[in-house]
Amino acid sequence: MELFKHTAHQLHKRLVNKEISAVELTEAVLIRCEAVEEDVQAYITKTRDNAFVQAQAVDAKIAQGQAISVLAGIPGALKDNLCTKGVRTTCASQILAEFIPPYNATVVEKLITADAVFVGKTNMDEFAMGGSTENSGFFNTHNPWDLARVPGGSSGGSAAAVAAGQAIWALGSDTGGSIRQPAAYCGLVGMKPTYGRVSRYGLVAYASSLDQIGPITRDVTDCAHVLNIICGHDAKDSTSINTLVPDYTKSLVNQVKGLKIGLPREYFVAGMDPEVERAINKAIEQLVALGAEYKEISMPHTEYALSAYYMLAPAEASSNLARYDGVSFGRRVEGTDIIDMYKKTRSAYLGAEVKRRIMLGTYALSAGYHDEYYLKALKVRTLVKQDFDKAFENVDVIITPTAPTTAFKIGENANDPLAMYLQDVCTIPVNLAGVPAISIPCGFAGGMPIGLQIIAKPLGEETLIRAAYTFEQNNDYHKGFPTLGEVK
Amino acid sequence: MDYEIVIGLEVHTELKTHSKIFCGCSTKFGSEQNTNVCPVCLGLPGVLPVINEKVVEFAIRVGVALNCKILPFSKFDRKNYYYPDLPKNFQTSQYDLPIAINGYLDIEVNGVAKRIGVTRVHMEEDAGKLVHSGATITSSDYALVDYNRTGVPLLEIVSEPDMSSPEEAKAYLEKIKAILEYLDVSDCKMEEGSLRCDANISLRPRGTKPLGTKAEIKNLNSFRSVQRGLEYEAARQEEVLEEGGRIIQETRTWDEGKGISLSMRNKEQLNDYRFLPEPDLVPIIVDPARVEAIRASLPELPDARKQRLMKEYGLSEYDAALITASKAMADYLDQGVQCHADAKTVANWLMGEVSKHLNNEGISIGACPVSPKQLAELIALIDKGTISNKIAKSVFEDMWTSRKDAEVIVKEKGLVQISDSSEIIGIVDAVIAANPQSVADFNAGKEKAIGFLVGQTMKQSKGRANPDMVNSLLRERMIIK
Repeated sequence: MELFKHTAHQLHKRLVNKEISAVELTEAVLIRCEAVEEDVQAYITKTRDNAFVQAQAVDAKIAQGQAISVLAGIPGALKDNLCTKGVRTTCASQILAEFIPPYNATVVEKLITADAVFVGKTNMDEFAMGGSTENSGFFNTHNPWDLARVPGGSSGGSAAAVAAGQAIWALGSDTGGSIRQPAAYCGLVGMKPTYGRVSRYGLVAYASSLDQIGPITRDVTDCAHVLNIICGHDAKDSTSINTLVPDYTKSLVNQVKGLKIGLPREYFVAGMDPEVERAINKAIEQLVALGAEYKEISMPHTEYALSAYYMLAPAEASSNLARYDGVSFGRRVEGTDIIDMYKKTRSAYLGAEVKRRIMLGTYALSAGYHDEYYLKALKVRTLVKQDFDKAFENVDVIITPTAPTTAFKIGENANDPLAMYLQDVCTIPVNLAGVPAISIPCGFAGGMPIGLQIIAKPLGEETLIRAAYTFEQNNDYHKGFPTLGEVK
Repeated sequence: MDYEIVIGLEVHTELKTHSKIFCGCSTKFGSEQNTNVCPVCLGLPGVLPVINEKVVEFAIRVGVALNCKILPFSKFDRKNYYYPDLPKNFQTSQYDLPIAINGYLDIEVNGVAKRIGVTRVHMEEDAGKLVHSGATITSSDYALVDYNRTGVPLLEIVSEPDMSSPEEAKAYLEKIKAILEYLDVSDCKMEEGSLRCDANISLRPRGTKPLGTKAEIKNLNSFRSVQRGLEYEAARQEEVLEEGGRIIQETRTWDEGKGISLSMRNKEQLNDYRFLPEPDLVPIIVDPARVEAIRASLPELPDARKQRLMKEYGLSEYDAALITASKAMADYLDQGVQCHADAKTVANWLMGEVSKHLNNEGISIGACPVSPKQLAELIALIDKGTISNKIAKSVFEDMWTSRKDAEVIVKEKGLVQISDSSEIIGIVDAVIAANPQSVADFNAGKEKAIGFLVGQTMKQSKGRANPDMVNSLLRERMIIK
């Protein structure tokens, strides 16, 4: 099997056993990039030269017999909203097309310390607003399983890169499903950790109270390894949780006996693909057969979560994105005066969806509407959170589909923002509640991967990993690889 | 019609923490432009604020000193508006849950005491500074931004509309300044912008309750401006009302040079700040025990110090108030007393010669070239009779410029007072001999005549003769004659 199709933990063993070198591995992934990038278009910026420098350093360590981390020398990809010192960070927006941060995000620092190799910065929906990567200010990314389809989003480039073998692992960010949904669409494992588990310092904000960084990997084991590296308190992020980070690989246990699963009926919405529903039910049956217990539960405020999200996230975004004004960084269009400059700059360089959400959020916060929209949405958020609190009094995990359908065709929902927003209906409540959730492959429909979402209570990542690992070990869905680039 | 003036003040003060409110950058004033900056205060994509705990502590200190309730749960909010000195285009401030609320402050104007309500005290970040290319905004082709000040911690102290004259507003501001200085939380330099004041002012027919339409006056950059600006605005509003006009709610800017205020924007143009809870900061939880610990650690405040100066030093209320209005002045007095000088004498020197010299040079007591110890030594020389009061003034003059100790100057210039009666008798006799008419007048009962003779004797002795001895010796010798 080609090197680029392996998982990080497999490759780590081969590196340590000196069967391969980090440079060889990096080369293999970069050659793969050259072969398929034209079709997939996962990357906005590739950092080829630096990748080799990083790989050589790892080879030197191995040669000296030094211990290395599991991600050392393993090529990965970073979503382009994670700040990288000296490497442009665009958020897939024209306004930041030339922005080079003078600092690294905390997660990037942690990965550098772990000697990870960076292939590049991946495409995304502009400022992480979207679920298909069609809102990129640069180009569309294609789903490696079917190039006519979207890879999901907003971390579509990260998911596509890992699915296509252009990276072994990747980081994404998840505000309403932006890690889990593309992971589901691309047949990968994606986790949104508990809000505050991973430092957001250096993650370009979309909706600060919802954003969270997490891994997109080929299996649950890699997910645990990446979590071990990126989780933890950060003095630079006041909202990061100050508790010890467990060794998540200790939860890689093939055992769900006695695990109490809740299945919320509200998540099986109208418009759900029957094949998706079938796959979820089959997965539950399987887990029950493995010793888990299952019951139907009710989360009555689920139906309001989407609306609340589309008030709260845009409200925060309207404030977070106000700084893109052409004054001291980013692109500028000159104007007759400062107001004119603001208008021309933002009109020219922000995309349609970003403008839509800024307007939505500005409206929701305006005098006279603030209480009716913003405050009400905050109350709904509390109710949604209470739904989860109550559910977790009786169950250990909640299982739902990650998305109501498999990946849709590029352009299919482009003119229907509401249909697009509906793709997030199963993932959004998780962000509102701040709880962790993982998406894992659980089947195929028409050749496209289906994602199973497992949700746990705050800081319940270990439970998620155990449940997901058990399911994975009893199935082969994660072993599938798209036929992309192969001679047919 | 007789109108009552209604004034409320919003005071902004920069806190003198070493670092900024949300990052580690220096708060030093006057650094080279854009050198005290980092990704956080520049608002670069992806950065997050982290609260400087010192700011919270200072805010609690001020809240407690202003008799406020410290909220156990307070939070930061974003105040959204576009301005190029604000890199994020929002200011992180406190909106509905400020750190301190419902306090008060006692002031006194012309001997009348008054209690002014303090609505709230909240923490926020300062903005940067625009440097326009031309002389005025409108004549400038471009503006540059200096972000050094961006993120310097500010406290905003908002009063109730409890002041009814520009004098009261000035007294309130002076009291706030004194308290902030005593708490050692701010430099309070209005000229450097570390203390700023906006005023809301309206008129209402005397004896009525409802508030009239107010105008907000900005750019009141000195105590003098506060009083003058408000006097101007009260007169302007009265004129409008007397002519049957209507006050429009607006923001006006005070032009100290021209002595007028001009309209900046009216109510319709007021910003909608779209306040939003700051999602990047966690709420500030203040334990009541912490508040009590801070309360217990507060230094002596102006009112308490005034009382102490009256009680311990026997100063008049007027003198005590004048001296305690400035912490440095009161410190100077206390230090002088510690050096064994009589408090009243030090106070008189402070309000007399010292203040005169400070005012002449436009410097504050902190920069006084004569130390409290030096002044105490000078006073000791007077007490011992080594020099007279009059000579002491010239010695003080000399100390001010030469920085030398009083004793050194007295020795160098041979200014030691003549207290040897035989030496004085010699001069006195000569003066009596030279001024027979005055002697005759005195003996005829004209008490005034002795003044002239004393003056002559002092002149002859080059001011060094002990004046008391001169006086008594003159009387003695004239009777003998």
